[in-house]
Amino acid sequence: MASHAIEIRNLYKIFGPRAASHIEAVKAGIGKAELNAEHGHVLGLKDINISMPAGAVMVVMGLSGSGKSTLIRHINRLIDPTAGEVLYDGVDICRMNERDLREFRRHKTAMVFQKFALLPHRTILENTCYGLEIQGVPSVERRRRAMGWIERVGLAGFENHYPNQLSGGMQQRVGLARALTNDAEILLMDEAYSALDPLIRVDMQTVLLDLQKELKKTVVFITHDLDEALRLGDKIAILRDGEVIQQGSGQDIVRCPADDYIAAFVKEVNRSRVIRVETVMTPLVGLAEGPPIAQGSVLEAAARQMSGHRVSVAHVVDASGRPVGRVELSAMVGAMVSPGEQDGPRRAAAE
Amino acid sequence: MALCDVVPTLLCKFPAIDEGTIRVVRKTIDENFKALVRAYANVIDVVVAPLQWFLNLLERSFTGAPWILVLAILMALVFAASRSLRITLGAGLAMVAIGLLGLWNDTMITLAIVTVSTLLAILIGIPIGIAMARSDRAQGVVNPVLDVMQTMPSFVYLIPVVMIFGIGKVPGLISVVIYALPPMIRLTNLGIRLVDKEVLEAADAFGSSPWQKLKNVQIPLALPTIMAGINQTIMMALAMVVIASMVGVGGLGRNVLQAINNQFFTIGFLNGFALVGIAIIFDRASQAYGRRLQKHSEVVHG
Repeated sequence: MASHAIEIRNLYKIFGPRAASHIEAVKAGIGKAELNAEHGHVLGLKDINISMPAGAVMVVMGLSGSGKSTLIRHINRLIDPTAGEVLYDGVDICRMNERDLREFRRHKTAMVFQKFALLPHRTILENTCYGLEIQGVPSVERRRRAMGWIERVGLAGFENHYPNQLSGGMQQRVGLARALTNDAEILLMDEAYSALDPLIRVDMQTVLLDLQKELKKTVVFITHDLDEALRLGDKIAILRDGEVIQQGSGQDIVRCPADDYIAAFVKEVNRSRVIRVETVMTPLVGLAEGPPIAQGSVLEAAARQMSGHRVSVAHVVDASGRPVGRVELSAMVGAMVSPGEQDGPRRAAAE
Repeated sequence: MALCDVVPTLLCKFPAIDEGTIRVVRKTIDENFKALVRAYANVIDVVVAPLQWFLNLLERSFTGAPWILVLAILMALVFAASRSLRITLGAGLAMVAIGLLGLWNDTMITLAIVTVSTLLAILIGIPIGIAMARSDRAQGVVNPVLDVMQTMPSFVYLIPVVMIFGIGKVPGLISVVIYALPPMIRLTNLGIRLVDKEVLEAADAFGSSPWQKLKNVQIPLALPTIMAGINQTIMMALAMVVIASMVGVGGLGRNVLQAINNQFFTIGFLNGFALVGIAIIFDRASQAYGRRLQKHSEVVHG
């Protein structure tokens, strides 16, 4: 079961009773404030174009009101778009009829919610079974599969408890187990960890990363936390007022913020955990010096290795162990510390 | 000098439609209604027959069975619902007291009609409540009807009921159902509308069909409110059986009616207390059952 990429094209969402009649004005460039003041409609999403890579974690980041939760709900069409397409495996989700949409939701997607949204009258096991029950999977089979995931998320022994008897972190593990039991290609996580306290959040991020290594689902993860976005995201899109203002890898965003808004965001980020060695790598001249560092390592890991060896130069090796370049500690430190003087937007934002 | 001396008569004395016209309208409506009822008498009889049969069956089995058996079954039911020895014993004591006062048979007749009318109210009320919860338009139509049902004096709708169905047990049963129905409908509607939107969204996200959503999420989560509706319905049915005795319903209600007519103070109160007794039994048992249904929400993680 291979996951496919999700293509979002020219997606618009206007909230209000006569949304469709304002779409031309919005396409012509009318702003969010203007639309609200003059027509009483709210612009939710404006011309969204994102290509969400197959089998990778796509993070959509933005503050409250940026439209990120609206965006994720278009992927399983809990919200209908005003215009645009959401393509998965060549099919436009927005044009599916009710039956096809139900089948799509049952078999292709699974969702984890910010406030868990577990059924309070059902036990953990019954909650975890829910998706399979809806699909009509026989009871014995669905219990077997659900138990497997309950164990995987570390809730063995709690299967007969009710959600109210568990802590927030444990409830979200149930939410995750419920989504994974569906065995869907797309995993939608709507601020799944935002309600958890920081330690548990990091814990759950690790759970997701570990699972993703073997599952290779197309994950769409919504968050307002840049650290979380950088840790989880293979690709990140930043949303503001319903528009994508930058998308790319975490490294791209930290190194070249598209505007002051993003620059203000990334200012406090621990850059050494985001930027990878390739960024500061220079071509290999002569012999490979120092310890070998795996391609794709973040600067922090590389620096730890180098200081362990008490050297200031190392070489980068690819997956097969072949040297591909050299790194110097001074260059690494340069990339780790905040922005150089030439970094205009950042300074403007800091003021 | 009164104000009316200076004001034109039209503004002072309300210009009612003249009595002759009203009389004609009234006569026409009444006669047409009677004609309509006469024309459909056969249909009405057919519709009413199963109710008559069910009510008679229940009444015969309640009054015909040995009291000890009825008491045992009642206490077993109360215990099954409440899982409380205290409530069960209380119910037993109340029934014994009723029996000692010689009201056993009348109480059985009342129990039969309350049981049938409550079942009918649930059967009719829950689907209507669900329909209201699903559509704002349905709610807009049904709500004013419920308002009328609840504020119209019950004596008034006894009139059409008697005109259509005549005098007897079944017309009484129907008027009890009309009276007891609104809380069932309203609380079903309310319960479903109060279900957490996020949980509903989750059900949608997993691809639930409308029926799966209703069965797995909405009804179970609305159940405590629906139970409160059933409780209210039982209480209102018990209140209405007294008034329904005016159209021929037997049991405790008739005794109360006779006591009013003859100023039998003691008999009136004894029968009244018997009604209170069964009301309390039903109330405590159904409330304890409702609480038991919500057990999952009680144990909160600390």
